[in-house]
Amino acid sequence: MDLIVPLLLQLFQIGLVILVAPLLAGFVRLLKARLQRRSGPPLLQIYRDLAKLIGKDAIVAGDASWLVVLAPYAIFVLTWIAAALVPSFATGLPFSGAGDLIAVVALLGTARFFQMLAALDVATAFGGLGASREAMFASLAEPAMLMIVFTVAVVAGSSQLSAIADFMHSQAAGLRLSLGLGLVALVIVALAETGRFPVDNPATHLELTMVHEAMVLDYSGRHLALIELAHALKLTLYMSLIACIFVPFGMAGPGAALPALAIALVGYIGKLAAGAVLLAVFETTIAKMRIFRVPNFIGAALMLGLLGTLLLFVSATL
Amino acid sequence: MTGLGSLISPAATLSIAHVLAGALVLASFMMLYQDRLSSVINVLALHSTVLGVAVGWQAYIQHAPELYITAGLALGFKAVVIPIALQRIVIRLGIHHQIEAVGGISVTMLAGIGLVALSLVVMLRTAAHADALAREDVALALAVILLGMLMMVTRRNAVSQIVGFMSLENGLILAAAGAQGMPLVVEISVAFSILIAFIVIGVFLFRIRERFDTVDSAALDAFRGEAQ
Amino acid sequence: MTPIILVCAMAFLLLGALGAVLGRRPSGHVVVYGGSLAVAGVALLASLTQLCFGIAPVPRVLLPIGLPGLGMHFTMDDLASLFLIITNLGAAAASLFALGYGRHEHEPWRILPFYPVFLAAMNLVVIAADAYGFLLCWELMSVASWGLVMAHHTDAAIRRAGTIYLLMASAGTLALLLCFGLLAGAHGHYAFAAMRNAHRSSWIGALVIILALIGAGSKAGLVPMHVWLPHAHPAAPSHVSALMSGVMTKVAIYAFIRIVFDLVGPAAWWWGLVVLLVGGMTAVLGVLYALMEDDIKTILAYSTIENVGLIFVGLGLALAFKADGMMIAAALALTAALFHALNHMLFKSMLFFGAGAIQHATGTRDLAQLGGLIHRMKISAVPMMIAAMAIAALPPLNGFASEWLLLQAILLSPALPQFGLKLAVPAIGALVALSTAFASACFVRFYGIAYLGRARSPEAATAHETDRFSRGAMIGLAGLCLAAGVLPGLVIDVLAPVTHALLGARLPAQAGLAWLAVVPVASSQSSYDPLLIAVFIAISGGLTALTLYRFGSRVTRRAPVWACGYQERDPAALRATGQYSPSGFAQPIRRVFATLMFRAHDDVVLPPPGDIGPARLTHHWTDPVWAALYTPLVSTIGLIAERMNRLQFLSIRKYLGFVFVALVLLLMWTALWT
Repeated sequence: MDLIVPLLLQLFQIGLVILVAPLLAGFVRLLKARLQRRSGPPLLQIYRDLAKLIGKDAIVAGDASWLVVLAPYAIFVLTWIAAALVPSFATGLPFSGAGDLIAVVALLGTARFFQMLAALDVATAFGGLGASREAMFASLAEPAMLMIVFTVAVVAGSSQLSAIADFMHSQAAGLRLSLGLGLVALVIVALAETGRFPVDNPATHLELTMVHEAMVLDYSGRHLALIELAHALKLTLYMSLIACIFVPFGMAGPGAALPALAIALVGYIGKLAAGAVLLAVFETTIAKMRIFRVPNFIGAALMLGLLGTLLLFVSATL
Repeated sequence: MTGLGSLISPAATLSIAHVLAGALVLASFMMLYQDRLSSVINVLALHSTVLGVAVGWQAYIQHAPELYITAGLALGFKAVVIPIALQRIVIRLGIHHQIEAVGGISVTMLAGIGLVALSLVVMLRTAAHADALAREDVALALAVILLGMLMMVTRRNAVSQIVGFMSLENGLILAAAGAQGMPLVVEISVAFSILIAFIVIGVFLFRIRERFDTVDSAALDAFRGEAQ
Repeated sequence: MTPIILVCAMAFLLLGALGAVLGRRPSGHVVVYGGSLAVAGVALLASLTQLCFGIAPVPRVLLPIGLPGLGMHFTMDDLASLFLIITNLGAAAASLFALGYGRHEHEPWRILPFYPVFLAAMNLVVIAADAYGFLLCWELMSVASWGLVMAHHTDAAIRRAGTIYLLMASAGTLALLLCFGLLAGAHGHYAFAAMRNAHRSSWIGALVIILALIGAGSKAGLVPMHVWLPHAHPAAPSHVSALMSGVMTKVAIYAFIRIVFDLVGPAAWWWGLVVLLVGGMTAVLGVLYALMEDDIKTILAYSTIENVGLIFVGLGLALAFKADGMMIAAALALTAALFHALNHMLFKSMLFFGAGAIQHATGTRDLAQLGGLIHRMKISAVPMMIAAMAIAALPPLNGFASEWLLLQAILLSPALPQFGLKLAVPAIGALVALSTAFASACFVRFYGIAYLGRARSPEAATAHETDRFSRGAMIGLAGLCLAAGVLPGLVIDVLAPVTHALLGARLPAQAGLAWLAVVPVASSQSSYDPLLIAVFIAISGGLTALTLYRFGSRVTRRAPVWACGYQERDPAALRATGQYSPSGFAQPIRRVFATLMFRAHDDVVLPPPGDIGPARLTHHWTDPVWAALYTPLVSTIGLIAERMNRLQFLSIRKYLGFVFVALVLLLMWTALWT
């Protein structure tokens, strides 16, 4: 009994992220539409879109190899595992030993690797366009993310997400300047990696503005469904990450009873909803940057992460 | 006020002081990052607001009521009056164009981080025997001063150099407030001298603009009159 | 086990002689490469037995050859066994590859004699235990590899590469000579055992580490001594390139570790700082160079420079921790560096084998001419993808395992007391992170443009697959990469005796942990579990595929892409397909990062209106190290030589005057200083 319940909770978390991801993406879309005085698509529309796509034939580019068929599965599986390893409502679950923050970031990097390769395999200009721009953004966003990891891990004494959440939940952390800098930097990196304003427009099809869309332009059917779901999972992952590291209040510890778990679950859904509201408001108020101003934006995140790490190395209390 | 004090632990009050000082450093970085003149002036308003809050918090934890007046002066003059006046000047000069930061924004930000590191190392080494937590506040204030100077050095436009000068003043006030306050008389005289300096600078800007049709200091260099 | 390695070295030298004799016969390459494979296998087994099971029957051997009265010492301790494993594994893989690849060589008699001698020299350097033997075998290694680089000497670019290589190798050996001289001290104790116990002043130690950095670093490829590497490594035949990049750089790293961690004694804190800074700069510059190059082997050579930089970052951290007495942290950093050395040998060899296969199949090394090779070289494309993923440090492969350990070592460094280190380590951490991100972009570019998409030239469209020996070597190495990635705890346990011998501390045993996780520092609870992640990937992948098969459409159709209508009406047409070229892919990164340091810019030449010729875009960049350091150096040397040339044309009286002045000065010296 001692083993079964945590294992079930872990499996529940793995399934929860997949169920919640389209809902979260749909909620953000609906909020943005309402803020722009449109009625917008219904909340559950993404589920219907995914079901429709799964039922359609998959059409693959004529010149492409087996990589284009493998890539959607690889991208989805890697993003799913990364999202499942981030503690959402409970810490200390059985597989949390594998939930290292650096490993989560690197799994997303692997998914991006396959995404870029598949874009190049299609042999069109759009694929190369999207892949080269994504490579440039990633070359700044990944180091920025690693600096944030350093900041958080030095404060918490560990790079394992479960241990970080427990530390931040306890009183030992307090209000620290480097964590504040890390939060700002993480928000910027999250915007860049999930392809939101001001870095990328998730709804565009103009080649001047496409980054993520350009890489998946020639996917259809179940492959496109996998990629869309992976995109939604990435958004859920980053919101869960911000909630787990910076707002871990209400998360249930290991061996918690059912009422605490229920409260933690409700708290998690509430944090996601709050994040969705903030994202929708932010996206509605800001315009998209042109491509070569984005490195300055993400570079600012790298600088903030570096500054946070520097403050922690030089002084133990900042 | 003491009821609130019992809620927050001593360590937390000082952490809040650090966070506010750090927010001022962050505002200085935001100022370095901006391209356009009107956003630079808006960030100056933000900078002075954060300074006001930081000095107010220092007043609260040091139980020094005269610092509240300093905070109020900062909020009143430097967060409201001066930015509005600068925006008016900018509109009348008609210079809403882009600022060219010397060396590019990324190099400037890297230099900024180097300056923050330098000020931290200087303060934490030379004042090693002093009170640990006040030392870090002064280190961050020194960083704000250095960043203000960096702003003045890397900008061409005279108005943005004035903004850099203002942020440098803010750093000085934070340092003075962090180091156990300063007498009210001195503060009033400092505020008035800032105001006078500002009026003089404004007048000069208009004279320069009248005479040379530009306030770009690179172009003004050409009129120096010495044999180059 | 030392006698076994000595016998293997003799066998290699014998094979070299056989290669000289049989060079022009068709059976020559089978004998030489097959023999090398067998001998390397024996050496590998011997060193594995010693490192993993601690069986070391005859550790020290003293041969009566060499300097009179001193002889040559050979010792095989744990550090040497590790680097023997790395060397002989690389040698075995390269020999297996060359069994197939060597058939295509036009002039095998230029390669066959030198190849086994090169292997012998590398093995002897690692077990040498006195300065004379070490330097002799080091020079033998340089000369043998120079002979291999000059194999295709009719090409002017290759001759130039060989000249630069010889010059830099000589300079490096000179630095090492001075370094060993300082270590030997005034009494000339050349044996390593005597050097270990000697006491020296701090400034001698400082000079030693600077000279070791220059001497060993130039062979390993540290900036700014790296300039020979991108010319020489691509110029050699592919199996030799794999050996030079994958193995010889590791022998240089062995030399550095031996001198700085073993022979020179207690370290000062700033030594680690210098090594860290050099390593960090090397890592970032190396991979930025790689992003600007279009030749596949030059890209791989620059990527070697990047990885060597990462290894030196680990070594620098280990030095800094050691100087401050934090031995467990030093063990972690050293383990990360050694693990990365092993990994780099594995995946860089694989990549060079693939590049050799491409070069033979298409006749070109230009990335802009390749494309679509995944359709033509179906089997070798798979290990190449695994190698590209491994070198880009992606989980669950081995590149990420060593990268993770290095990052954990950086996370332990706030405890370092000196301010210089406190400021440098975050900056170096940012540089390491940047270089990893660039490496990922670099290998997406490499693999995506060479193997994926459509062919960009007729040669690429008619490429053929390589022979089974080459494929076998690549698949074997890919399997090892996967194994090391999924079971890094095993590798850490194997490396533990090495760190214990050098630092007196070792990481906790990883073998017994739950789910075979890796927990380097027990107190911090940071853990990495690649086995679990791999199992997850397999299970989720299977589940997804099953679900889609059951509930979704099972049809996959092929159709031509739209691409705004620019696809040729004739599908076999090769040019102007609109797909990206390698310089186009790297252009955003070039524009953001390389404009300042490399002065990278794009020139567009438009034809005049009415002219239907194409517009041309060329990208230009200058090598900052070459322009800032070597060009002035060469011109200064030329200037000095020009001035000194006048000494050739003096009169008898002036020559007599020189002799007279020298005599007077000597007499003054004797009078004043004795």
